[in-house]
Amino acid sequence: MNIELDTLVKDAESAIAEATDLTALDKVRVTTLGKKGELTKILKTLGSLPAEERKERGQLVNRSKQKLQQQIEERRAKLEGDILNAQLSEEKIDITLPGRSHHQGSIHPVSRTLERIEELFRRVGFEVAEGPEVEDEYHNFEALNIPEHHPARAMHDTFYFPDGRVLRTHTSPVQVRVMESSEPPLRIIAPGRVYRCDSDLTHTPMFHQVEGLVVDESVSFADLKGLIHDFLRSFFEQDDLQLRFRPSYFPFTEPSAEVDIECVICGGKGCRVCSHTGWLEVLGCGMVHPEVFKHSNIDVEKYSGLAFGLGVERLAMLRYGINDLRLFFENDLRFLKNFQ
Amino acid sequence: MKFSEAWLREWVNPEISTEKLLEQLTMAGLEVDSVESAAPEFEKVVVGKILSVAPHPDADRLRVTTVAISAEGSGDEPLTIVTNVADIAVDEMIAVAKVGCVLPPAAEGEKGLKIKKAKLRGVPSFGMFCSMATLGLVEEGGELERFPATVIPGTDIRKLLGLDDKIVEVDLTPNRGDCLSIIGVAREVGAINQHKVGAITESFSTVAINSDANAEKMVSVAVEDSESCPRYLGRVIEGVDPAALTPLWMQERLRRAGMRSLGPLVDVTNYVMLELGQPMHAFDLAQLNGSVVVRRATNGEKMVLLDGKELILNQDALVIADGSTENGAPLALAGIMGGEHSGVSDNTTDLFLECAFFAPLAIAGKARSYGMHTDSSHRFERGVDPELQQLAMDRATSLLLEIAGGRAGEVTEVVDNSTLPKQNNITLRRDRLQRSLGLDIGEGDSNLKMDEVSAMLTALGMQVELEDNEWRVLSPSWRFDLKIEADLIEEVARIYGYDRLPSTHPEWSAEIEPITETILTPNYIRHLLVNQGYHEVITYSFVDPEMQKIVDPESTALALANPISSDLSVMRTTLWSGLLQTLSFNLKRQQSQVRLFEMGLRFIEEPDGTLRQQNMLSGVLFGDITPEQWGSNSRAVDFFDLKGDLEPLLTPLNASLSIRDSVHPLLHPGKAAQVDIAENSIGWIGSIHPGVAVKLSLPKNIYLFEFELEPLQQRDIFSFQQLSKFPTVRRDIAILVKDSVAAQELIDTVKESVTDKILRDVSLFDLYQGDNLAPDEKSIALSIILQDSEKTLIDEEVDDIIKSIVSNLKQNFEAKLRD
Repeated sequence: MNIELDTLVKDAESAIAEATDLTALDKVRVTTLGKKGELTKILKTLGSLPAEERKERGQLVNRSKQKLQQQIEERRAKLEGDILNAQLSEEKIDITLPGRSHHQGSIHPVSRTLERIEELFRRVGFEVAEGPEVEDEYHNFEALNIPEHHPARAMHDTFYFPDGRVLRTHTSPVQVRVMESSEPPLRIIAPGRVYRCDSDLTHTPMFHQVEGLVVDESVSFADLKGLIHDFLRSFFEQDDLQLRFRPSYFPFTEPSAEVDIECVICGGKGCRVCSHTGWLEVLGCGMVHPEVFKHSNIDVEKYSGLAFGLGVERLAMLRYGINDLRLFFENDLRFLKNFQ
Repeated sequence: MKFSEAWLREWVNPEISTEKLLEQLTMAGLEVDSVESAAPEFEKVVVGKILSVAPHPDADRLRVTTVAISAEGSGDEPLTIVTNVADIAVDEMIAVAKVGCVLPPAAEGEKGLKIKKAKLRGVPSFGMFCSMATLGLVEEGGELERFPATVIPGTDIRKLLGLDDKIVEVDLTPNRGDCLSIIGVAREVGAINQHKVGAITESFSTVAINSDANAEKMVSVAVEDSESCPRYLGRVIEGVDPAALTPLWMQERLRRAGMRSLGPLVDVTNYVMLELGQPMHAFDLAQLNGSVVVRRATNGEKMVLLDGKELILNQDALVIADGSTENGAPLALAGIMGGEHSGVSDNTTDLFLECAFFAPLAIAGKARSYGMHTDSSHRFERGVDPELQQLAMDRATSLLLEIAGGRAGEVTEVVDNSTLPKQNNITLRRDRLQRSLGLDIGEGDSNLKMDEVSAMLTALGMQVELEDNEWRVLSPSWRFDLKIEADLIEEVARIYGYDRLPSTHPEWSAEIEPITETILTPNYIRHLLVNQGYHEVITYSFVDPEMQKIVDPESTALALANPISSDLSVMRTTLWSGLLQTLSFNLKRQQSQVRLFEMGLRFIEEPDGTLRQQNMLSGVLFGDITPEQWGSNSRAVDFFDLKGDLEPLLTPLNASLSIRDSVHPLLHPGKAAQVDIAENSIGWIGSIHPGVAVKLSLPKNIYLFEFELEPLQQRDIFSFQQLSKFPTVRRDIAILVKDSVAAQELIDTVKESVTDKILRDVSLFDLYQGDNLAPDEKSIALSIILQDSEKTLIDEEVDDIIKSIVSNLKQNFEAKLRD
């Protein structure tokens, strides 16, 4: 009888080991441990044995049963693992294939630059102001202390309409409009399109400026220098950017200055972009001229002001290395896609 | 303004390098534009004196000369030089390039000719005669320059002509008319360096004007308009030598200032203009009738200028006219240009010199209105020193007599002191100066001491009194730009140095300003569209009128009076014109998928004559729905792709928004939608009208949108809705309706049939037309999602709701329920 059990267990064990799929394994389980299985049969015969023998033999058979059950479970786990692995390896994909893409747009580099400029000034409490692009001569010139026949007017290459209105030649008229409608203290920037009747390699008849204006009780030229320093260094993200303030002339500021930065292309050593001077002119600024305050009924004894105007295309060109102004308004997609 | 450094240093010569000098000018507001050498590099070119000229034994066209290159009896032996120059004579003084000299290259990038000992047809030659052009001093002219007999042979040409000099060009701002002269620039350099200026003027009056030899003739001067011409000086000079030549040094200085030499009479007036800033004019006395008058032109009066141009004048123009008869002919356009026949010529022996002060306003804008711009008008417009005329007249007279001989007459002066510009009295307060510059000004340890300020102002030519912390200043006659306190503050800042002025952080309130959440920023809207694959473009606000007419035939566009070109001559009334042009531009550059948008103003003239300058958001869509790729099939975009792209913009406006069929001349009549908010149109979505597409040579499947920006920016503050604990119920219904029934109407009917409290969502998830349906029928499937916030909906309630929806659909649209 023990021999019989041993044979049975051995046969079952080899059958388990040889089972190559879950069906074969299940068959082994049924033929051995199922209701009518070989081992079950042996267990059923135990009842007929004498009590002593029954106990001993019972333990023996049960151990064999447990052993086989365990082997079946292990085999099952192994077979199931194999199946899963096979499935996983079958499902492998080429993850280097390109993603299922959609169109990707872009912000125009001029807008992007304006956005940066606005953000930098907002951080120190400036508000954004706007004004019309078709402007009257009063706001574009007279209120800014540029009377008719002033040589500065001739330099503006103004676009006129038959009724005498103009396309604004700078964003400075927004200053005037803000001062007409609000009380100091004022801190504004006015970004926008401006127009000059001039078109060649380095001029387009439309371009963008940002005008800045601060009016308060004790604004000084030193404040102007500090503000412009901070702005340009932050804009170019260059803490040691060298700047110089040169005296200049704008009818609506006094004193007036033009600001040069150390050429960001060559680091000030001199190159084609900076005409070998090492300096690049980036903006004009100054203290608000008393005549401008008078036009807007601001008390020139109580208040002082600073103003600046910068060319957005110029800053964008320097920041992004764009070498041709005309690219901005051709809107060639190949150009725009540089800014995705 | 272009000038020779050496000339400037004749007027003021601080001990500083050229580099430092130029930096000082730039940092004082006279921006140096360019610096170049007065002459190219070369050496071993000297003045030679021709000792003999003989024919070449073997060549008809050559001559053999001997040339002295040292003072008689000293130094180098005369050279033998073989030359092809024909008109060469003994005793002439000519520039000679000696052996070893490398001449400047004829063109950039080439190598210069090296002078070697050579044999020409058997005769050895030891040098070459050079013209000014050969030496690179002038652009053209093969003639040899004959130097005066007084030059010592062997004199180095660089030394003789002062060629080791720099030509400086400064870019002057319009307020600094006073610096359009050597004397003006010199004053600046003097003020910066606290250095004496203009000692040379002391020599002007020492040049004797021979009083025994006074001219016999006189020209009487009358000024009718003393407002425009407060001062007029005239002088007759008789008997000048028409054959006189302008001396080399003067020619060179004129050349370095960018002016050509035109004979001594004109050259002297130009020289004085460059040196002192006083434009002058020389009339040929023979062309005058003994008197001139300064008057306004009469309307329609004609004159021919010396450049041959005929002008028809109006009464704005100021002229110098023949004063011998009533309304005599104009002889010159005052302060701008002389007339054709009245000016000096090569044969002039007697002349009348004019040296006037014309008021800036009398000249400003006049030259431009006649399409002219001259050195003279440029200076008068900006302001010539009204106290300068006598000095300039003396300077010009003495130079003329020195160069061309002749006899000078008395100066005739007509002056109206009441119309002469006044020098301004200006007060500069110490505290104002301090506050303005953020600079400590006072005694002892101050950044800047009071007496230093006084010295600066004085050095700039002002008369200064310092009293009670105030500087009382009388501005110099040449500084038209100094009128108010701020002008003086700038002067102090300039001379102190902008770079030395302090730089501070402005102190202002740290008050937090509110940021509104109910208005979307333009940048936010830009980014929404970028995320949908659109590229932002910026196109010109003025467009081609043809294009404008096609795109918006119903509007009249505002036209520019002086457009830069005809295709950029009217203001856009829609951004579509620029967008379609940009689309076309890109299609021509092999771009097959184009999504563009622009934000900017359109310009609409209202019936009441006002101009609406309105911010718009517009875009164009063309090409495939996705970029070409391996993973999914693409297809051409259609109306609903565009509508879907715009949903993020329109959804926040949902409550009051409606999109309805309408007709727009640019859009396909069956594929055009007008977008309304509260029954006001805010824009359009649609496909381009096929007829327009053909006209513009564009493909037909282009989709366009344009909205007023402002309504799109409006948004309510987000408001949280309580989440319901109870389950949702979804019921789908499929109906058959006539093709003409709009989907939106069905959805609206569903919405009206259920209370808002229970209807969570209604969506149209299937649309079918075709087989099994009548040709004018369509099948639509709607899903309806219901949920109550207070209880679980039971089947009966849901059934009732659906029944009422279906009944309404039947009633409104004759909808048939499909099973």
